[in-house]
Amino acid sequence: MTRLKWALLFGVLLALMLAGCGGQPEKVQQPAKPARPDVILATTTSTQDSGLLDVLIPAFEKKTGYKIKTIAVGSGQAIVMGEKGEADVLLTHAPDAEKKIASAGTVVSRRLVMHNDFVIIGSKEDPAGIKGKAAKDALAAIAGGKKLFVSRGDNSGTHQLEKKLWPLAAVKPEGTWYQEAGAGMGQTIKIADEKKGYTLTDRATYLAQQKNISLAILVEGDAKLLNIYHVMEVNADKFAKVNKEGGKAFGDFLLSAEGQEIIRVFGKDKFGQPLFFADGGKTEKDFGL
Amino acid sequence: MEAIINGLYQALTLLLGGDAELYQVILLTLQVSGTATLISIFLGVPVGLTLALKDFPGKQACLSFINFGMGLPPVVVGLFVSLLLWRYGPLGALGLMYTSWAMIIAQAVIASPIVAGLTFAAIGSLNPKLRLQLISLGAAWPQTYWLLIKQARIGLLAAVMAGFGGVVSEVGASMMVGGNVKGETRVLTTATVMEVGKGNYDLALAFSFVLLLVAYAVVALLTYSQNKGKGGWS
Repeated sequence: MTRLKWALLFGVLLALMLAGCGGQPEKVQQPAKPARPDVILATTTSTQDSGLLDVLIPAFEKKTGYKIKTIAVGSGQAIVMGEKGEADVLLTHAPDAEKKIASAGTVVSRRLVMHNDFVIIGSKEDPAGIKGKAAKDALAAIAGGKKLFVSRGDNSGTHQLEKKLWPLAAVKPEGTWYQEAGAGMGQTIKIADEKKGYTLTDRATYLAQQKNISLAILVEGDAKLLNIYHVMEVNADKFAKVNKEGGKAFGDFLLSAEGQEIIRVFGKDKFGQPLFFADGGKTEKDFGL
Repeated sequence: MEAIINGLYQALTLLLGGDAELYQVILLTLQVSGTATLISIFLGVPVGLTLALKDFPGKQACLSFINFGMGLPPVVVGLFVSLLLWRYGPLGALGLMYTSWAMIIAQAVIASPIVAGLTFAAIGSLNPKLRLQLISLGAAWPQTYWLLIKQARIGLLAAVMAGFGGVVSEVGASMMVGGNVKGETRVLTTATVMEVGKGNYDLALAFSFVLLLVAYAVVALLTYSQNKGKGGWS
């Protein structure tokens, strides 16, 4: 009897193990399966946290038969993954760092996909009085009043932009009022909310988090706060293991009429406003950069 | 408080409603952590047995190393496994990064010392005379080992439970080497982290409750067999 139970227990574990090895759920796919179906997409947290990838990727997979492996990290880390040849395609929002790896030949075919904007959010009481100010004046006021500012602190695209803004405000962000979260955007917003601090965020993640927090948008519309996303394919001539076709297919899809339409309407039903503006075919010059 | 109730409610709705995505995540969690635990049994139990029953030079060093390994920080394991499995890492040719196998490897590394250490403790707490008696009764060494294992099975099951509990609840390494890829490496812990990032606290809570439920169910099963065996053989 007991022996039977042991055998049963072992059998269950064994079955689980076997299922784990072989039993990947096999989906019926209409399109012909590509030679190398797995494509590693290294991207920023905002594309995942806003929910955009949840609609874009299934549409892409269904159309092409590729399987996207999304690794959602900060743009800084995503770019490093590209530099090491560990990703096939990047979707990031850190223009300066992107230009660097593009000119180094690490990535090819850097294309503008979409934009939205960054906003500075804070408690409704607004202790530093930044509401309606230009971005640099707002940061100067926060630093001047030594009011809490929560920074991503993870070299993400948002953090890189923030680091560009401080010198404009003629402030070196240091001291107890300046805290580095070292976390993704959603988490950082939550921290700022708990501590009633200010933070810089992309609009999409803010809107996704809005239902959980009491922070409001205080600064928006400054040209300095433009948030542009580019897709880049990791250079297969440099890294032989890169899935060149898969990366290109994903980039092409983002810029196709179908991909752009998904981006254009995403979020309208849920938030009453689109989270991203589709910019297929545009370049940074169109934004005066 | 309201959030917790909402989370519980959502967990129940998803579970009872047969939400396909949730069940896929649960299945994957069991597969990954179950396989990792099995591997850790095959690696850990022989090591624990050897340490408990054999004397050899360097035994103390081995033991301290195992004890140290029982508290191995998962993120450190995740980082090392990543470095090995990167496309351009030493084991890159295997193409395991961001697959469930990468997670199984990382989790097995985390669980093996736990199983080995607790096996050592379980066998070590048996009366040493038992082994001598078995040998004097003419048992061959495989038979001796098997009887000792049976004798210490309560402690051994505790070792397995600790190993499983350690890896099923672990997130750092799983996130790093698995990447939380939907349908492939998204397990209950990484899904929870992701939903928190998205601001979906009720869904994150739902995943947490399911994780607790799954962990409890497995441990309860093992505990049942543990107590069942108490009065049986021996």
